[in-house]
Amino acid sequence: MFMNDIYMIFLGLLILIIGILVGVAYLTLLERKVLGYIQIRKGPNKVGFMGILQPFSDAIKLFTKEQTYPNFSNYLSYYFSPILSFILSLMIWLLIPYYFNMISFNLGILFFLCCTSLGVYTVMVAGWSSNSNYALLGGLRAVAQTISYEVSLALILMSSIIMIMDFNLMMFFVYQNYVWFIILMFPLSLCWMSSSLAETNRTPFDFAEGESELVSGFNIEYSSGGFALIFLAEYSSILFMSLLFILMYMGGFSLSIIFYLKLVFIFFLFIWVRGTLPRYRYDKLMYLAWKSYLPISLNFLLFFLGFKILLL
Amino acid sequence: MILLTNIFIIIMLISNIMMFLSIILSKKSFMDREKCSPFECGFDPKSSARIPFSLHFFLITVIFLIFDVEIALIFPIIPLYKLVNFIFWTKISFFFILILLIGLYHEWNQNMLNWTN
Repeated sequence: MFMNDIYMIFLGLLILIIGILVGVAYLTLLERKVLGYIQIRKGPNKVGFMGILQPFSDAIKLFTKEQTYPNFSNYLSYYFSPILSFILSLMIWLLIPYYFNMISFNLGILFFLCCTSLGVYTVMVAGWSSNSNYALLGGLRAVAQTISYEVSLALILMSSIIMIMDFNLMMFFVYQNYVWFIILMFPLSLCWMSSSLAETNRTPFDFAEGESELVSGFNIEYSSGGFALIFLAEYSSILFMSLLFILMYMGGFSLSIIFYLKLVFIFFLFIWVRGTLPRYRYDKLMYLAWKSYLPISLNFLLFFLGFKILLL
Repeated sequence: MILLTNIFIIIMLISNIMMFLSIILSKKSFMDREKCSPFECGFDPKSSARIPFSLHFFLITVIFLIFDVEIALIFPIIPLYKLVNFIFWTKISFFFILILLIGLYHEWNQNMLNWTN
């Protein structure tokens, strides 16, 4: 490989990371604005022009706040688990199917599953090591929830892989040329949507940080930098989940502005759900994962296998 | 592969630098005992935070382990369909998913999936 190619790849990586960080910053602004208008009030509208600079002032505030050293905490794991979660969410973003200047993963979906499964450990370690009852309970809940939704997530992913018979994320675009998979695999795509809501600990299933029960859940002891990293990791994984929804069900990756508009729309859907639905009950959440999504995804896996065999 | 390793190293460097920067930049106003104690609604924590947890979480983890191994066994059928006899491939994948389904229904029947008894 020529040196120039390597330079271009690193430049692409740098642009990707800066894009993720700025994108996450503005998604927080979008979320606050949309939640504000859902609750019939204005969101942040003072900093800069109509609140344009709000995310940057938030970031500066977060990074200059005081860092705490909780008593009896396991400080090394307390310090490193936000960093690890941020590393993992950036690593997942390497999967974005650029046509050029980035790595092309032939087994991209396996890479995605590996990174998302590792995300559980950071939450667990962050909850356990900060030596607080609330954090421990939030971490336990988050682990059980993420684990049980990961099974149905992987099975739903499996049935859409069976449709394309490849692990490469680029192939989704080829197969969805005429009809989107959201229509072809209709109830299953909505199952994927709510499973990804649960996988990223979003609001109808946000038991990891239930504000009214556990004050802030697993990240309660975190202040400035650690909290900022956890926050960035969560939002970039939400953004990646909406990217994956578009890749798998809404037409795949294409070099057009429509792709990014669809991405923002799916993220808006995440916020909309947060603004509308109340929190679920924990045992119902578990029943939803094990007694409804798992049998549905298994049965549909069988169905799509037969469907594909008919087509092959 | 070397390229991927380099990219991972760059990502690790970036996130470590961000955390380190926040530690350097953060303003430490004064040391206080209350700041270091774990958060518990204004009073000192009465019990240790490393409490034993409910067995259900552990059982869920065991069920998850079984299903995750089975998912890891399902994944090879995708590249395998180009390599083996198509009839065999069809039979094997159908039987495997059927066994998974029957196992799930058996666990349901034995009340393993119930959150509370």
